[in-house]
Amino acid sequence: MSSLSAHSEKDAANRKVMLWLVGVAIFMLGASFAAVPLYDLFCRVTGYGGTTQVSDGNVKGVIGREMGVRFDATISPGLPLRVQPARVETNPIGEVSTVVYRATNLSDKPLKTTASFNVTPESTGIYFNKIECFCFSEQELAPYETVEMPVTYFVDPDLDLDSELRTIRQITLSYTFHAL
Amino acid sequence: MAQAHAEHAHDDHHGTPTGWKRWLYSTNHKDIGLLYLYFAIFAGIIGGALSGFMRWELAEPGIQIFPGLAQMVYGVGGDASLDAGKHMFNVFTTAHGLIMVFFVVMPAVIGGFANYFVPLMIGAPDMAFPRMNNISFWLLPPAFLLLLLSLFMEGPPGAMGVGGGWTVYPPYSTSGQPGPAMDYAILSLHIAGASSILGAINFITTIFNMRAPGMTMFKMPLFPWSVLVTAFLLLLALPVLAGAITMLLTDRNFGTAFFDPAGGGDPILFQHLFWFFGHPEVYIMILPGFGIVSHIISTFSRKPIFGYLAMVYAMVAIGAVGFIVWAHHMYTTGISLNTQRYFVAATMIIAVPTGVKIFSWIATMWGGSMRFTTPMLWAIGFIFLFTVGGVTGVVLANAGADRALHDTYYVVAHFHYVLSLGAVFTIFAGWYYWFPKMFGVMYNEFLGKLHFWIMFIGVNLIFFPQHFLGLAGMPRRYIDYPDAYALWNSVSSWGYLVTLVAMGIFFFAMFEAWARKRKAADNPWGEGATTLEWTLSSPPPYHQFENLPRFK
Repeated sequence: MSSLSAHSEKDAANRKVMLWLVGVAIFMLGASFAAVPLYDLFCRVTGYGGTTQVSDGNVKGVIGREMGVRFDATISPGLPLRVQPARVETNPIGEVSTVVYRATNLSDKPLKTTASFNVTPESTGIYFNKIECFCFSEQELAPYETVEMPVTYFVDPDLDLDSELRTIRQITLSYTFHAL
Repeated sequence: MAQAHAEHAHDDHHGTPTGWKRWLYSTNHKDIGLLYLYFAIFAGIIGGALSGFMRWELAEPGIQIFPGLAQMVYGVGGDASLDAGKHMFNVFTTAHGLIMVFFVVMPAVIGGFANYFVPLMIGAPDMAFPRMNNISFWLLPPAFLLLLLSLFMEGPPGAMGVGGGWTVYPPYSTSGQPGPAMDYAILSLHIAGASSILGAINFITTIFNMRAPGMTMFKMPLFPWSVLVTAFLLLLALPVLAGAITMLLTDRNFGTAFFDPAGGGDPILFQHLFWFFGHPEVYIMILPGFGIVSHIISTFSRKPIFGYLAMVYAMVAIGAVGFIVWAHHMYTTGISLNTQRYFVAATMIIAVPTGVKIFSWIATMWGGSMRFTTPMLWAIGFIFLFTVGGVTGVVLANAGADRALHDTYYVVAHFHYVLSLGAVFTIFAGWYYWFPKMFGVMYNEFLGKLHFWIMFIGVNLIFFPQHFLGLAGMPRRYIDYPDAYALWNSVSSWGYLVTLVAMGIFFFAMFEAWARKRKAADNPWGEGATTLEWTLSSPPPYHQFENLPRFK
């Protein structure tokens, strides 16, 4: 009968290892879901994927180098919206500038939209600061209404110190409008 | 000896169950191992047939085969059959990839060989959790069935099956294919993943707790070591895949927006999650093969393996570094230059422990008294082909080169050299090496060698020209190509036919062995085969090691 108790001791030891391993599997499953907010946070902090930064204002001053900013708008398929992006702005890096997008609701129903956005080259995301943006909140357009949507932004002068971006003379700020 | 007596006495209590119950209710690691192997062979025939249709289509420029096939299988007629055929080609590439990864290679090396031989090699009576082992296997057939059913469900509007590749990237896998086919495939992966996670838990527990007295971790043979590392990779990687495809599923059906930019999600996140699983996955498929090949090289060189400790640490290193290189599959998604620099360097570092292993295998053969038996041919063939695939891997690791080569046939050639030729050659090596042990009969050495040589020529004819096609810019996953690519595509398709002949020889060799029933000795390989499975009868008794073997 001693072999029997040795058997159950073995079973208990096996069960203990199993519980640890089940824990590891559940932890990794949880980690995969935790990756969703963490990835979002990571993009915000590092400007990864051209994620722009939010700022209260430029405290670093203006430098001599100029940077063009091109504005772009894309509409999700089927969304009855027309958006006219602002013209290219070329300013000294660091200068705070405000541009206006014009959006028209082409339908006879009220329209709610949001916009997702990024900049290219994507590595300029960390240097591209927005002070005000229509994209921070959702937009509601009455039937056939045209609204002006302002964006106030500046380019961080630290961009000039980034060797990867030495040859960059233009940044594209792109919005994609989605139905809500 | 007392052991024989004890075994005999034990047999009176519960003998071998018979009939269908033996297999359906099986808790015996050897029976389950065989079930896994038979399953892998069956799935391999289907997965191989799918690729046959693709090679047939690509044998010459133009679209010849698939419209007719779509007409036959799905009953679409007229002009619609052309579009249906194009989609069907994509469905075939997708299904071929998923089947070969989840239902052929993994069941063969992990479920099959590891189930059968890990307990034998570490001197354990069975796996730690025999009933869980049963569930692990029996989850696979329904998973496979779901994947096959997905071929006959609507995928994108008006077409059948899941296209878009085994990587199932959104948005094509979410908004692009609203039909139920994708849901079937996702559920299939869920079930196959659950099966593998349970298997991994079983292997780790078995290897940690059930080793024979005196067998310390560093006295353990290399095959159980490779399975241990593999099981940890499975345990850490598969839940991430499960999470990612669950998010796909809820994005598709329950209005979440994990990967939908309109709701604040990011499709690139899926690629990160997928490759965090996907890269360890390729090591999951090859590491057990490393273990198998180590034993074969050692046996037929009649020498202990060169650098045992280095081999163990190399496998652990490959497993660990394998988790931090995933974005080398994503160089073209716009990751920053510094991120690319890191992933290039980390990826290339993996070549170091892999090189240690290749070196140690060659050093084991060096000065050994070598015998070129069938398993040895497969093992040496593996070393050669895996090295070719490894070298092209180092080429692809360069983000700069990858700009040009991403999603071309160069990548296809690379991963088929390491998997289709690397991993599959280890499966055949293990099959021939352990065939006498598992079935108690000898295969015909001439047929085995003939199988090897024809297959070696065939697979090289298939995949070596694909390097040229990729370098010339031919993209993967297309049903058609410009005339400029005709020559090497034609060679590649002829290679498929040669490989088909080789598989015919394989099945004939199996039939021949079964028909002749030449009794195999307990240890047919002589003094080079030193691991515990060769101390048992061939085939091993239904229950082994009632009295545990002891190590000093």
